[in-house]
Amino acid sequence: MKRLLQLIVFPMLLFGLVGCGYNTIQTNDEAVIAAWGDVEASYQRRADLIPNLVEVVKAYAAHEKETLTAVTEARSKVGKLQIGSDVINNPAAMSQFQAAQGSLSSALSRLMVVVERYPDLKANQNFRDLQHQLEGTENRINVARVRFNDAVRIFNTSIRTFPNNLTNKFLLQLPRREPFKAEAGAEKAPAVKF
Amino acid sequence: MGHFTYYWHSSRNHLQGRAGLLRGVLLLFLMVNFWFAASAFALEVPGYRGYINDYAEMISPQEEARLERALQSFDLTDSTQVAVLTIPSLEGGALEDFSIRTVDKWGIGQKGKDNGVLLLIAKKERKIRIEVGRGLEGVLTDLLSGRIIDDIITPSFKAGQYDQGIESGLAAIIQATRGEFKADSIPRRRRHRDEPSPLFKFLFFGFAAVAFLASISRPLGMVAGGLLFPLAFLFGLFPGFGLLALLLFIPGGALFGGLLLPMILANFFRGGGGFYMGSGGFGRGGGFSSSGGFGGFGGGGFGGGGASGGW
Repeated sequence: MKRLLQLIVFPMLLFGLVGCGYNTIQTNDEAVIAAWGDVEASYQRRADLIPNLVEVVKAYAAHEKETLTAVTEARSKVGKLQIGSDVINNPAAMSQFQAAQGSLSSALSRLMVVVERYPDLKANQNFRDLQHQLEGTENRINVARVRFNDAVRIFNTSIRTFPNNLTNKFLLQLPRREPFKAEAGAEKAPAVKF
Repeated sequence: MGHFTYYWHSSRNHLQGRAGLLRGVLLLFLMVNFWFAASAFALEVPGYRGYINDYAEMISPQEEARLERALQSFDLTDSTQVAVLTIPSLEGGALEDFSIRTVDKWGIGQKGKDNGVLLLIAKKERKIRIEVGRGLEGVLTDLLSGRIIDDIITPSFKAGQYDQGIESGLAAIIQATRGEFKADSIPRRRRHRDEPSPLFKFLFFGFAAVAFLASISRPLGMVAGGLLFPLAFLFGLFPGFGLLALLLFIPGGALFGGLLLPMILANFFRGGGGFYMGSGGFGRGGGFSSSGGFGGFGGGGFGGGGASGGW
């Protein structure tokens, strides 16, 4: 009789986990990690483009040293960042990641503003190709970030709603994930001085 | 604030589960609100009519028919799907944002191959974008897409020759992507009529089994129903119910199998045997009646690749 009871109770407990959102939480967690992989890949793609871009701009606008140095420095800071899925589990690493990529973004946008003053450079086929690649990469970053935020929102909801919150609290204990925030100063267009 | 903290603590002590639920519901409500607010401002993505979707009336009818045929034959040989969308205006929205929302909604390209391309033209803003599916990013790079826009499409558009620009642009896109994918030898089954999911098969046969057993004897039907209902729940038919609800399903299922089902069946058979089960109606019913051979898009994925330009 006791054995029979065990035979019934054990599978019920096991399958009960399915109903408590255990699998849902795991699936959503994997989705967040995958989305983060895309975010990192597209940022990496941008970092890989920068040395070429700097070289081409240098050939036409050598005396814009300050702007070029800012880009190179921001690029090297990005290169030293911690990567991998650890970043999304660690809010401090996450905000560091955002800050470094954000400063590279603003350095790059300053460079693109400066470039407007050099018609020869703008007409250069090499530069135009790089510009397309850079634009495409920025767009990919944007798309990857939006999708990451969507995945994070779904994951966060799934660990906070009943009954999944109990499953997470007593069993999984996964932390809430931080979405990307709008970058400070992103709402202001860069000032153009003539 | 003080009142709130007091309430917070008291709820913590007594109603922990309920407070969590309340918070969850509130969060969900807020999110849905934000989502609606966000989508209300953005330009709606129009539905597709074929490969060529000329909402801005930029392409002549003869040219449209010709391009439609060309893109269809390319789809048939290579399974790569190239679509064109012209819109009168972006209405203040961003080109890239509208473009990615369009391809996400349409799903151009085949699922798994992600081999779709969208040529998007906003007439009033004089903007062009080529959005490239993930599977084609290697051959139709951002650089090449940018050159197609700058060197091939833009010069014709500047001269007002939209037909010419779109045709040569599409020719360049096809040239770049030809041979990257091959169509499957067996005719593809598109979205309509998916295989019924295992859950539905399980339910269908489970239902039949319970009905059969209940027709032999009521207690047998009760036992079968009591087993089937919790199992259906475990398979995810009723998501969001806790373990407690599972226990409720056992008597519920027993009631259904032992009493309700025999009654329903008896009624049906008395009514002249008109026992109708929507046969095979489990698919998603994508209503693409194949007029003109366009079978709909296959659900390809996009990651923001491509290039933008203007004329």
